[in-house]
Amino acid sequence: MNTQRRQALKSGGALGLFGVLVAAGLVTAEEARAAGWDKPAFDAKTMDDALKALGAGKPGESSDIMLNAPDIAENGAVVPVGVKSSLPGTEFIAILIEKNPSMLAASFTLPDGTPGDISTRVKMGQTSSVYALVKADGKYFMVSKEIKVTLGGCGG
Amino acid sequence: MAGPMRIRAASNGTETEVKVLMSHEMETGQRKDPSGALIPAHHITELTATHNGRVVLSGQFGPAVSKNPYLQFRFKGGAKGDKVTVSWVDNKGDKRSDEVVVS
Amino acid sequence: MKSRKYAVCLGVSALALMVPTLPALADATSDGIAHYRELLAEGNPAELWEMRGEELWREARGPKKATLEQCDLGQGAGVVKGAFVTLPRYFADTKRVQDLESRLLTCMETLQGIPAAEVAATPFGKGEQENIEALVAWISAESRGMQFNVPTSHPEEKRMYEVGKRAFHFRGGPHDFGCVTCHGDDGKRIRLQDLPNLTQPADAARGFGAWPAYRVSSGELWSMQRRLNDCFRQQRFPYPLYGSDVTIALSTYLGVTANGAGESIAPAIKR
Repeated sequence: MNTQRRQALKSGGALGLFGVLVAAGLVTAEEARAAGWDKPAFDAKTMDDALKALGAGKPGESSDIMLNAPDIAENGAVVPVGVKSSLPGTEFIAILIEKNPSMLAASFTLPDGTPGDISTRVKMGQTSSVYALVKADGKYFMVSKEIKVTLGGCGG
Repeated sequence: MAGPMRIRAASNGTETEVKVLMSHEMETGQRKDPSGALIPAHHITELTATHNGRVVLSGQFGPAVSKNPYLQFRFKGGAKGDKVTVSWVDNKGDKRSDEVVVS
Repeated sequence: MKSRKYAVCLGVSALALMVPTLPALADATSDGIAHYRELLAEGNPAELWEMRGEELWREARGPKKATLEQCDLGQGAGVVKGAFVTLPRYFADTKRVQDLESRLLTCMETLQGIPAAEVAATPFGKGEQENIEALVAWISAESRGMQFNVPTSHPEEKRMYEVGKRAFHFRGGPHDFGCVTCHGDDGKRIRLQDLPNLTQPADAARGFGAWPAYRVSSGELWSMQRRLNDCFRQQRFPYPLYGSDVTIALSTYLGVTANGAGESIAPAIKR
């Protein structure tokens, strides 16, 4: 990583200079990602902005991506989400939640030898579509599933 | 306070499956304390998993990852006795690194 | 603020108890929730408490700089495996029936010199209470998969079972509530949650046998003492003292009812 980029990251501040640089085409989304926590992507408030910040544009559809998540979650504080991609050359996976204050929950970069198969747990403020974004062989694909969030009883 | 992670790494001969539990508040920055003041965001931002020193996964978390995060993934290779290390940093600069021997 | 939230909670639960279940809808929902729980079962954060609990057991602490390794949980000094599924039980040294938490208080005081009364008065999740939560997570995990076998041979154990049975069925407070209101019949639920009928062995094993548990809603590890304390709150009863006889009597009643009817899955993961 060059010094200039480090400086840019440091001085980025709350506005997210990298976001500006990405938008201006001066830095690619991949470069921003490599430089540290992708603040512009995590700050994005709409799906379009999040996809733009991730450099995903308009992702295609794919039947080779499985989103393993429950139809209904007993508690939105912990919602299990697994993404499995059998697309060759899967190199990046992101989990986005449409109705959260910020769309992007987590992203993963998979080096060669790490299959597209990741599970984690996310918070959901309300019933929402959950998206799995996958980059494979340089192209972006996305699938979604609606997860209902309920409130359980008093004691558990 | 960052307690140790619980890491499990099991090899089936061709692949190693890794399961990680991290001890972290993952505070969103959206909640208020009883006096009405916003509780500042405090969450893991980046994590890296390595196998014998080679990166096998890097991840970025936002505040929407659940408290005490869980992560499961696998990588090709890995043999019993190998070392898998998971490290994370959070938005306050706290960090933690734990190692486990592949079983 | 808190009291209002509780009032709403109780209001909804009372309503839910009265509304007959729509079978088809309830089935799909129950299946969905079962899938959710299944996905959560892997990687229960309670394991983070278990790890810490095991360390705490072996760590020299307190004014006496001693470990808990000589603590007798009913199976002999230092025996942890199998202890959880035989508690509460009578202990000759304290001349009382004790559950896991109150027994730990005894061991912490006698072995380590940590004053039991101070620990009992500490809020849940803080200081030494946090340590007890870690210890109960580990100790219960050491009995995972074992059947409940809570003893009733000692007269005091029999008495505590009877006291617990009465306490369970005792109704009172501003809402004329008791444990039995929610947990005395088959097929009841609060919102989407099925309520175990704790007077029946299989349900008692499923209900009692799940605590301690990691609470998803708060991200904390709850001991049975904390769970019972919350039951009292929900009934608008005065809070029971930590480790008091009424809480131990209730656990004795539930544990004995669960005997032989199911395996301990504690520490479980709960909503």
